[in-house]
Amino acid sequence: MALLQISEPGQSANPHEHRLAAGIDLGTTNSLVATVRSGKAEPLPDEQGRILLPSVVHYRPDGPPEVGHDALEGATTDPLNTIASVKRFMGRGLEDVRSLGSRLPYEFVETDSAVPRFHTAGGDVSPVEVSAEILKVLRQRAEASLGGELTGVVITVPAYFDDAQRQATKDAARLAGLNVLRLLNEPTAAAVAYGLDKSAEGVIAVYDLGGGTFDISILRLNQGVFEVMATAGDSALGGDDFDRAIAEWIMQQAGIADDAGHHQLRRLMRDARAAKEALTEAERVPLKVELEDGSHWEGELDRETFHRLIDPLIQKTLIPSRRALRDAGVTPEEITAVVMVGGSTRVPRVRERVGEFFGQEPLVDINPDTVVAVGAAIQADILVGNKPDDEMLLLDVIPLSLGLETMGGLVEKIIPRNTTIPVARAQDFTTFKDGQTAMTIHVVQGERELVSDNRSLGRFTLRGIPPMVAGAARIRVTFQVDADGLLSVTAREETTGVQAGIEIKPSYGLTDAEIETMLRDSIEHAEDDVAARKLLEQQVEADRVLEALAVALVQDRDLLSEEERQRIDRAAAHLQAARDGTDHLAIKQALADLDAAAAGFVAKRMDSSIRKALAGHTIEEFADEQESN
Amino acid sequence: MAITLTDTAAERVKAFLENRGKGVGLRLGVKTTGCSGMAYVLEFADEVAEEDQVFESNGVKIIVDPKSLLYLDGTELDYGKEGLNEGFRFNNPNVKDTCGCGESFTV
Repeated sequence: MALLQISEPGQSANPHEHRLAAGIDLGTTNSLVATVRSGKAEPLPDEQGRILLPSVVHYRPDGPPEVGHDALEGATTDPLNTIASVKRFMGRGLEDVRSLGSRLPYEFVETDSAVPRFHTAGGDVSPVEVSAEILKVLRQRAEASLGGELTGVVITVPAYFDDAQRQATKDAARLAGLNVLRLLNEPTAAAVAYGLDKSAEGVIAVYDLGGGTFDISILRLNQGVFEVMATAGDSALGGDDFDRAIAEWIMQQAGIADDAGHHQLRRLMRDARAAKEALTEAERVPLKVELEDGSHWEGELDRETFHRLIDPLIQKTLIPSRRALRDAGVTPEEITAVVMVGGSTRVPRVRERVGEFFGQEPLVDINPDTVVAVGAAIQADILVGNKPDDEMLLLDVIPLSLGLETMGGLVEKIIPRNTTIPVARAQDFTTFKDGQTAMTIHVVQGERELVSDNRSLGRFTLRGIPPMVAGAARIRVTFQVDADGLLSVTAREETTGVQAGIEIKPSYGLTDAEIETMLRDSIEHAEDDVAARKLLEQQVEADRVLEALAVALVQDRDLLSEEERQRIDRAAAHLQAARDGTDHLAIKQALADLDAAAAGFVAKRMDSSIRKALAGHTIEEFADEQESN
Repeated sequence: MAITLTDTAAERVKAFLENRGKGVGLRLGVKTTGCSGMAYVLEFADEVAEEDQVFESNGVKIIVDPKSLLYLDGTELDYGKEGLNEGFRFNNPNVKDTCGCGESFTV
């Protein structure tokens, strides 16, 4: 006998047509899934009643990877094969990963691909694949709890996630067999979970300090509608950093060298976290650390020292908070509610400092670990159509400006940050050189002026611009961002009405395997690509010349002697053959040869056309015309 | 003629109604659909129509339209768990046969 849930009036589904939806908080430290059942949004526990799934995957030489609590054990015993905090690597390149620090206890595969891969006993895996393992477990939990296949999910991402990171998250979901209804900014989801849409108008600050990311969002609530006025944050700051600060303090106190083994570092991090959590209640915690030589160091961490260690980190959250307020154009006094999200907001010192900053007591009554997933579940429930009508319209913003590269490596911003989405913006550009037939559009994201300082999202070339003088062509470039915050860029040549449009997807808009292949190909075939481009350009030129010649021969064949005509025909045939080949240098040579062979013909044509123009006229007429001009 | 709720079911319905913040009770019904001909309707009720029958069981109002009542009379609504899954279950004495999934039935 099937188990039924209570529907909204008139929304009962037919048998086998239940629209099952879930919200997933794919966190740096922990992940969880929530759903709406009989109108109530709640996180779903596993068989042991645990709601949080540690975002940890342990790869083994035999058998499938362990995920969550089972994998946590591996973090201490088998650190190299246990991937934690994988969210930090989502959509990042090798360069980014290296800048994340040298203390990462993982081995990265030396590949020529730009996507980092972890080397594990279970094979080499990408961050997208690791995340997919976590999502698979949550999917199984949700489907077992709901008694059927999920129609769709809403997955939350930090407001700071750029396009590549969002797309990587979507790819992970697809790998896990999930249909993503929408990606939702975490702070926005939290505000939804708090049901703030049901309260009066106001300006809400959402302070989200998780294990690995910090986000501050300023939301405006207007007649039940949320508008994200501004977001700021730090994608590499969280409770993990508190743990690290404590671990480093312990290392200092206990005289543990900086080059301690992975094993030791992991254990220290675990001890540090336990100490941090204990300090929420206790004034001081005893510490006992096993050293490499088997002896023990014993010490104590009190609140005062703990505060001294984390105060600089909390301060780092207040700087973006101030920036977000400025971007939103509001003062702390105008904030009507401060919502605390993320496990790290359990630290009393954090609540204290945030309260001081905003001049009011922050809201802490909903479990800060689950609010985001609950908000996502509510949104998912609406999106699959379990509500009579859309009760809530969420407006989101672009976290980082989007633009393109112009001459000199400068960025032209097309969509400034904090623009609400979905949005489409167009701007006209023109050619730089006479007869320019192609234009490369390099899409970048970020706030800096120089392209090299921003994040490159992708590039594409618009070809087939009709040759004309520099500045005459009108190239309309359109940036479009959909409700998920994903970007598409198109370019169109407008002056002549010739349609030439290209659409790009961010590099992560492909399956993981496709991206890998593409990246590897692009590096392996870089030289081929250059050659192909040269060939194409020469072929375009050859076609242009051959066509012009054919027209000229039809018009002025009689100007040529038999011998001249044969020489030109031979050179043209030679060029045609070269054009159909693959050697761009041969085409270039054939073009030069034809140029030489036809030089006499061109001169005669010029003479002839002048004579034709003058025929039947007297010099006087031209003189008159000149006078009258 | 009666429809009842078990204690567990009544408790859950009350909690869900409270969470929802509005509604006069629980509407039970059947509609002609599904692989075995009939399917249950289980909805929050915001209003009671003139022809509706209203029962009260364990402090919860149960609202049924007269046509559905023919197929539901004597039903007891229960709430239970199957593994991780949980939800409402119709114990309906009128049912002769259900489809494999139990979501639709014949009388």
